[in-house]
Order: sequence, then C-alpha cells, then structure tokens
Amino acid sequence: MSGVTSINLVENALLVSIQDDVTDTEIVELQDTLSNRIAKENVKGVILDISSLEIVDTFVGRVIAQLAGISKLLAAETYVVGMRPAVAVTLVELGMYLPETRTALSLTHALTQLRRA
Amino acid sequence: MPQTATANILNILESDFSGVVEEWLGTQVKEGVKRSDLFSDSESRAQNQELLKAFTKGVRAGVVNEEFSLDDDEWEDLRAVLADVSKERVGRGVTPTEMATFVLALKAPLFTRLEAMTDIESGKLISDVLMVTRLVDAFAIYTNEIFIGERDQIIERQRQEMLELSTPVVELWDRVLTLPLIGTLDSARAQEVMENLLETILERQAEVVIMDITGVGTVDTQVAQHLLRAAAAVRLMGAECIISGISPMIAQTMVQLGIDVGTVSTRSSIRTALADALQKVGYVIKTSEVS
Repeated sequence: MSGVTSINLVENALLVSIQDDVTDTEIVELQDTLSNRIAKENVKGVILDISSLEIVDTFVGRVIAQLAGISKLLAAETYVVGMRPAVAVTLVELGMYLPETRTALSLTHALTQLRRA
Repeated sequence: MPQTATANILNILESDFSGVVEEWLGTQVKEGVKRSDLFSDSESRAQNQELLKAFTKGVRAGVVNEEFSLDDDEWEDLRAVLADVSKERVGRGVTPTEMATFVLALKAPLFTRLEAMTDIESGKLISDVLMVTRLVDAFAIYTNEIFIGERDQIIERQRQEMLELSTPVVELWDRVLTLPLIGTLDSARAQEVMENLLETILERQAEVVIMDITGVGTVDTQVAQHLLRAAAAVRLMGAECIISGISPMIAQTMVQLGIDVGTVSTRSSIRTALADALQKVGYVIKTSEVS
C-alpha cells in the first residue's frame, strides 16, 4: 500500500484521502486495495476526500468514476467530498460529471448522509 | 519660386484664413450638419479655427512631392486637435455622417478660392483641386477613424462595467445561496458567474443554491448549456442546485429545443424554490397560530 494515500475506517465507511502528489501507479494500487477492503469490512460507504487535489486530469477523473463503479457493485455508496472550485470547473469542462458518485461539501456532511441512508 | 503642389492651397489658407473659416461654417449650415443645438456659434468657430490652423500647419510641412500621410509627425497637431474635437462630439451625440460631412465641407471654400485665382492655368487648377480633395478626404477619413475609436472605447467600458455588476451571489438563509441572473448569458459571463458561485459555496459552506433565471430574457441551447454546466459543477462541490424562474414560455422553448436538465431540479418561481431549499437544509415554514 502506498504511503501517500491512506484508507481509514470511520463509522461505517472507508475514508480515503487522496493527496495532490499522488502518482498514476499509486492510484491504480489504491483501486485494488480499496476494493479488497470494501469486500472484507462490509462497509456502507466510501468517502473520497479530494480537498488537497488542486489539479485533475481525465485520468484522475476516470479513476474516481471507476472507484465509484466498483464500490457500487460491492454495495457501498461513494461520496466525493471537499472538491475545490477550480477542480469542479475543470471536470465539467472535460465533460466528466461523475454521475455515479454522490457529493458532499465536507466529511461531516457525507457522514450525516450515510447515517441517514 | 518653383510651383510646389501645395503652393496655391497654402497661399489661400494663409492669406484668407478667417474667410475660409467663415465659409466652412457657412457650408456646414447649408449641408445641415452644424449642430447649433449642441454647440454655440462661438464654440463652433473656435473649433473650426483650431482645426484649420492645425490643417494648414500640416499642409505647410507635411506634404513632400505630393505625398503625405496623416500618421507623420508633421500632422501631430491636427491629430491632437481632432482627438479633442471628436471626443467632445461623441459625448454630445453627433453622428458619424455629420462628423464626416463636417470635415468634407472644407472643400467648398477651398475650391471657390482656387477657381477665383485667375493666374492659374487650367492644368494646374485640376491638379490643385485633386490635391485639395486628397488632403481633405484623408482628413475626413482620419476623423471618422478617431470618432469610431472613441465610440468603441465607450462600448468596451460599458461592457466591462456590466460584467462586473451583474453577478452577485446572495446568502438567502443559513446554507442557502441564490444567484439572480439578469440579462444575457454569454460564455465569458457564464464562466465568471460559475467561478464566483463556486467560491462562495466553499466560503459559506452552502448546501443549496438557487439559480434564478427570471431576469434572463431568452433561453437557447447555449444558455441552457451554461446553466447545466454550472449546476453540474455545483453538484460536484457537494451542494445542490435548483434552477428557478422558468416561465411557461421558457419551459416550452426548452422542451422544443430538446434540452434535458437531467437530475437538476427546476421550479417556476423563486418562491417555491426557497421553500424547497429551506426544507432541504432542515427548516420548516409554519404560519403563526396567533393571527
């Protein structure tokens, strides 16, 4: 597992913090580790904290969409939290609206919505 | 003394300066371009004198071998005076036609005076007339250019001002923002509106955003595209977007254009949108029992 990206269990969800200097290899590894842990720990949700991401490209956008797809198949909802305005604008310009993910302003909001679900 | 191309013209301009000014004014009256309603007689006279003085100076120094260009240093005075005069005329609402005719009216007094000079042979007369025409035409074209440039500046300034004052994001309630859109929504404005909105969402930690398009005159595919992109960005930030102010007319147009709003909620009035938004952030609207 990479040292840059951490996965922590918070309540009934896995919290994943993606750092700004994450490499393509690390993010592919993350996909693998994360899917294993979702299956093993039987969580209800995955929270992707991308507040430290300042730049996104189509690759990162696609990985986020794939993570959401994988989680959904394993019966967990994906919440993307803390997206910066510039990142949101870029994703929209790239045409990546991430319809398979849920979004929340912050970790607290995501947890509240998860508890309600 | 060798006959230069402009000798006769200079002679007229220098020996009968005030006569030319008076007749120039007279022609302007005749052509109907002297705006007595905008400029007093003394003001017009002063302007004409200044212009003609600068013009004479240019003719004296700026014409070499029948060639000249108003961009040369010798014509600097004329350009400066013209800039002032044009600015003032634009400000008072003179039309471009009036401005051009105003300058072109200078030909008449010069022609009559050339004609009256009995010592010119006919071949020379024609070349002198040609020279006057070229000079005055260049003068008029330059005037129009300055005139239009002046107007362009005004338009650009107003456009900039409109862009700045048009995108307020208002906090309606705790965690509820509204963005009243007014006027036209082109790409530049849409971009600015979106960035402004997203920053405010982050700053206020807003959960619901109402984009009100009551003040947007027409919704075409372009405008709808901008709106939906803004809504998508708002959702990515983790907030929810409601588009309100969709009139029956706009609803019909949108359906006819085949615009799909997807999962974005739409409301006809900001009133219902607000009720919805408050409910979403956990408030209940109740009528007071004491009435």
